[in-house]
Amino acid sequence: MLRNAISATHRPLTHSSRAATTLSAGFPRDSQPKPTTKYGGVYTVTLIPGDGIGAEITDSVKEIFEYVNAPIEWEQYDVSGVSSAGEALFKQAMESLKRNRVGLKGILFTPISQSGHISWNVAMRQQLDIYASVVLCKSLPGFPTRHHNVDFAIIRENTEGEYSGLEHQSYPGVVESLKVSTRAKAERIARFAFDFALKNNRKKVTCVHKANIMKLGDGLFLNTFRRIAEEYKSAGVESNDMIVDNTSMQLVARPTQFDVMVMPNLYGAIVSNIGAALVGGPGVVPGCNVGREFALFEPGCRHVASDIMGTNRANPTAMILSATMMLRHLGLDSIANSIASAVFDVINEGNVKTHDMGGSATTSQFTSAIINKL
Amino acid sequence: MLSSKSLSTIAASLPKFTSFRTYASAAPTAGFAGQKGPNGKYMVTLIPGDGIGPEISQSVKDIYSAAGVPVQWEEVSVTPVLKGGKTVIPESAIQSVRKNTVALKGPLATPIGKGHVSLNLTLRRTFNLFANVRPCVSIKGFKTPYDDVNTVLIRENTEGEYSGIEHEVIDGVVQSIKLITWDASERVARYAFHYAQSSGRKRVTAVHKANIMKMSDGMFLSACREVSKDFPDVSYDEDLLDRVCLQVVTNPRPFSDRVMVMPNLYGDILSDMCAGLIGGLGLTPSGNIGRDASIFEAVHGSAPDIAGKGLANPTALLLSSLMMLRHMKLNEYADRIERATLSTIAEGKTITGDLGGKATTVEYTNGIMEKLRK
Repeated sequence: MLRNAISATHRPLTHSSRAATTLSAGFPRDSQPKPTTKYGGVYTVTLIPGDGIGAEITDSVKEIFEYVNAPIEWEQYDVSGVSSAGEALFKQAMESLKRNRVGLKGILFTPISQSGHISWNVAMRQQLDIYASVVLCKSLPGFPTRHHNVDFAIIRENTEGEYSGLEHQSYPGVVESLKVSTRAKAERIARFAFDFALKNNRKKVTCVHKANIMKLGDGLFLNTFRRIAEEYKSAGVESNDMIVDNTSMQLVARPTQFDVMVMPNLYGAIVSNIGAALVGGPGVVPGCNVGREFALFEPGCRHVASDIMGTNRANPTAMILSATMMLRHLGLDSIANSIASAVFDVINEGNVKTHDMGGSATTSQFTSAIINKL
Repeated sequence: MLSSKSLSTIAASLPKFTSFRTYASAAPTAGFAGQKGPNGKYMVTLIPGDGIGPEISQSVKDIYSAAGVPVQWEEVSVTPVLKGGKTVIPESAIQSVRKNTVALKGPLATPIGKGHVSLNLTLRRTFNLFANVRPCVSIKGFKTPYDDVNTVLIRENTEGEYSGIEHEVIDGVVQSIKLITWDASERVARYAFHYAQSSGRKRVTAVHKANIMKMSDGMFLSACREVSKDFPDVSYDEDLLDRVCLQVVTNPRPFSDRVMVMPNLYGDILSDMCAGLIGGLGLTPSGNIGRDASIFEAVHGSAPDIAGKGLANPTALLLSSLMMLRHMKLNEYADRIERATLSTIAEGKTITGDLGGKATTVEYTNGIMEKLRK
């Protein structure tokens, strides 16, 4: 977490009595044996740089990891979603992920045309059942935006809902797209959110929904959330719920009222983009996708950014912070903390700023500045 | 398949709207075709609504008589009545709206209880209100983090995620159907282009998520593309929902040159998000354009806590009524009242509590009327 990264190593103990269905969220670690591939003290991690600026920002991570001698060995797959020809490589990357159980990835391009392949980003989340997307939106003191003191976490259901991919044309000109909501998945994401709140010392969980209109689908999500909320009352985690249109209005007007937010898939896409815009854009928002077995770390606000691809202008902060979350997941907290604090130091000093932060530094200059801090 | 059916469908769907056309060709759907009565005034249905509704409606009426707008109000109540065991809107109200084809509506309290179809939904279905128009403009004198908002958003209002088709397949598994039809998509797209043309915005952007929902949002997009061919003077592009959220909240200024058009749910969320940018629903107008009538309304709540105290802010209803005047091609009156209203708020001497002033509804109304007399 950004919070943890700033104030170093303190992390509350997990409640061993609680029957959490989730990996620990601070950052995700479990009491079970470490689900990772490790040879001679070195972890093997799948790396998928992705399309657009992916290669540039993962290069930055690799450079930093090399400098601090992080015990990570990359298994890199340059998958590209620009054409369907990448499918064979995509499958290899999936095999690698299943082997290593931990991955770092950029965003893969998804074609809009109907003949194009389905989103591989979504396919990965569904096949690996990495059901919880965690996105952290926190104002950075060295990077002023229109809003101040924003600090919330978005927990998004990652495997069902509007992204079910079930669509059909029942009659020419009439298309049905299915949104599937299940109690089991609503329950595990709600539990994840409350566990996340507990373990990261957050006070309130807000359920975002549209149950006034989608009475059955979102109703199931909301009612399940309320039931789970009862169980966490004794632990002192508050809960409330808010309709998604009101949420987006409140976010841009008074964002400080939010702490942890939990929501179905599509609303997560909207809210995470609003959240990113509040704190300075996709370049500074880290994230990850966690399931019971696998964890895949990627920038929280999922943009390919092909417009600035190859120009060495991308802000690698989101990717570097996601990578530090991965290090914590592997139990390498001290390396993670030193990298994260170097990143925050560079941003707070404000001498080296990338294009999106109003500066003119290149990705490589920004990376060198971080390495100098280390 | 889509492209082959598209042209014939357009041709088939057009004749329905012929009677509402005001031009010979490429005519918009649902243009205003009302006639002045014998007293030289247009008859308009007024639904004052609940809570603060009557107060803010009175304010609008006062301002209209001060400005000499050629509108005669026909006041009706839409308090539901029992008919055949169902709660329905009184027939007199429906007749009035059908006859006048334009209505202004205050906020309605949502009746709580099961099996109640919301009144808004009933009105929407009764009059085929297919497009919801939501302009948001920064109001000088009311400070928010954003001072350069000028967006127009048009939302498909009859289907999509809010089709209301849901079922529980087995215990704990719900399917909600997002329904997209060519006809409804084409109709809202056509209105969006017409709106762009008549409002001087020379660009229409379709907002979608067709990378994930390839068939449903894909069809919405192909309908927009087809319609765009009929409007060569309006440029057309498409943008992903994620990117639009991110960009509007980061910097809304680039959106001031265009009209955004999108399916139901996205429009619902984004329109409230834009409202949040300029200070909430108390300042944003809304119009529902339909085949059989058009209803302009304040989208804020009925605020029962301050009802009857003379503290309510009538701005949203007033601005909605100005959209109505422009719909009726009474632009001069609309412009005059708009100038008076905005300068009253900008001066800040007689503004209501929610805007940071101390004035009552009547004082605020008088302030505007004084400006009109000058």
